[in-house]
Amino acid sequence: MKIKSERDFWAGMMFLLVGIGFAWGATTYSFGSSARPGPGYFPFGLGMLLAVLGAVELFKALTIESEGGDPIGGIAWKPLIVILFAVGLFGVALPRLGLVITLPLMVLISSWASDEFSWKATVANAVVLITMSWLIFIKGLSLIIPMWPTIFGAGT
Amino acid sequence: MELINNLALGFGVAFTLTNLLYAFGGALLGTLIGVLPGLGPVATIAMLLPSIYALDATPALIMLAGIYYGAQYGGSTTAILINVPGESSSVVTAIDGYAMARKGRAGAALAAAGLGSFFAGCVGTIVIAAFAPPLTELAFKFGPAEYFSLMVLGLIGAVVLASGSLIKAIAMILLGLLLGQINTDVISGVPRYSFDIPELTDGIGFVTIAMGVFGFGEIIANLGRPAEHREVFTKDVKGLWPTMQDFKDAWPAVLRGTALGSILGVLPGGGALLASFAAYTLEKKSRGRADQVPFGQGNIRGVAGPESANNAGAQTSFIPMLTLGIPPNAVMALMVGAMTIKGIQPGPQVMTSNPELFWGLIASMWVGNAMLVILNLPLIGIWIKLLTVPYRLLYPAILSFCCIGLYTLNNNNFDVYMAVLFGVIGYLFYKLHCEPAPLLLGFILGPMMEENLRRALLLSRGDWTTFATRPLSAGLLAGAVLMIVVVTLPTIRKKREEAFQDEEA
Repeated sequence: MKIKSERDFWAGMMFLLVGIGFAWGATTYSFGSSARPGPGYFPFGLGMLLAVLGAVELFKALTIESEGGDPIGGIAWKPLIVILFAVGLFGVALPRLGLVITLPLMVLISSWASDEFSWKATVANAVVLITMSWLIFIKGLSLIIPMWPTIFGAGT
Repeated sequence: MELINNLALGFGVAFTLTNLLYAFGGALLGTLIGVLPGLGPVATIAMLLPSIYALDATPALIMLAGIYYGAQYGGSTTAILINVPGESSSVVTAIDGYAMARKGRAGAALAAAGLGSFFAGCVGTIVIAAFAPPLTELAFKFGPAEYFSLMVLGLIGAVVLASGSLIKAIAMILLGLLLGQINTDVISGVPRYSFDIPELTDGIGFVTIAMGVFGFGEIIANLGRPAEHREVFTKDVKGLWPTMQDFKDAWPAVLRGTALGSILGVLPGGGALLASFAAYTLEKKSRGRADQVPFGQGNIRGVAGPESANNAGAQTSFIPMLTLGIPPNAVMALMVGAMTIKGIQPGPQVMTSNPELFWGLIASMWVGNAMLVILNLPLIGIWIKLLTVPYRLLYPAILSFCCIGLYTLNNNNFDVYMAVLFGVIGYLFYKLHCEPAPLLLGFILGPMMEENLRRALLLSRGDWTTFATRPLSAGLLAGAVLMIVVVTLPTIRKKREEAFQDEEA
């Protein structure tokens, strides 16, 4: 069997697996009856329905011819990893190092994901962004965000 | 007359200094993001949601609404001037608008778009004010079965009008509904799909999903494409005003566009995008003067019609949200979320329990539209300058605001990690050509749908036919089935594909 549309094949596979996963998970909750539906009733039905649609999509991907096989194409690994790493690091570092260190760090790392990276522009951007964030979020909206590393004490 | 009284109340609320300021701020911000391609109203409103904790409900919603219709204006400005539609709904505007700009008639095109939108916005506001109360009356007759069927209709409506594969879109809705099941069951109190993570028992924040999928996912996808080189066509726009002949040509198009937009906007899922496509088709079909400029080469009707339509549609898409609490598109879904954050349960009772909010919001739409005309026509030069901000500086800024917003949702970094996960998922969706907007709709409606389904079944003692035997419910479900049948008919399917291919081109 040959895959006729790569995108549809993997999309169908994803729906099928996620649907089965949710339906299977729903069996651990009480199903109830139609007259008294329990917490597992709705998610089980939805999961099965999703799995069926996934299967239909899979079937289509294997039978209906598409132009050029509809390939998924290359994955942009660099932006994917760099951007999400930068955001994840922001989550780890913010409560510990404070916004003044964390935000420029995040900007520096994430800027590296672009093909047109330049130190000068990035540093300038980081300075502008931390100033704006301070003005908008701390001064303007008075949100409680740790500003400095916790070793400096107060952490406000 | 009641309508007048209500509107008077609304204008009283809208014309307070604070609310005027927030309407202005929202409109300005909306125009800004409309002008910047790659930054849509969904992502912006998602970004701003955490900050509205500090605001009252009325100014908060007025501001969010301002962003929404401001984006419609801003999107058309770049579509005309540099052939880059800032919003999907201004894609058709670019066809004739850019052609006009190349002939040195950018001023006329921008004025036609601006004034047409303003007229449509005024009509849209009146339509909302007139039709919201009767619809609300109807909504009170709704039982759980009717609500369930209505949500089915809404979700189906949202996907049949969207682009791409129908099966995938419905699957995305189901995925959204399932993600909405990650919470604590309201009826039995059992935590579901929480994997013993305490944060998950409260459910996933929809801001987290929106930022992850729309914000991060889109940035990654944009960076994965080779850098595009945008060419700014003109630095200054000369001759702001259209000629008399232009007015004569444009006004019937504005009227037609407004009418079409007002009707299509109410339909779930359609809103502004469909309205502008339909209006362009209508203008092409209807006869102009004999010596008119052909469409595609700078016909002013090709600008005025779709622009009026998308603004009217943007306006009237508030109707289902305000009267039934059911969002017809992703932006409205976020508005519902904003109302919930402010402790207002969206639905028919909003009009009676929060009349200031309800009528104030409606009146502020008119105020916001008036501001937009004043704002846009003289400030076009500045908007163009903004376009010179390169993407490599823009996306770290978007990321910064997203990150801070995510953290402040619960003052917890768990939401940041969840958004990272949804960023991966968002990129996966992009790669597999799965439109993420239906997922967000499903996610918002999931818990509501489940509650109504279970209540309806309880009332009917487990009899599923209750959805088909209650006349209102049966009608709504029949509508949903009809929509699916209609779009799967071969001839219409072909048309639908054509329409969305134009968009991609």
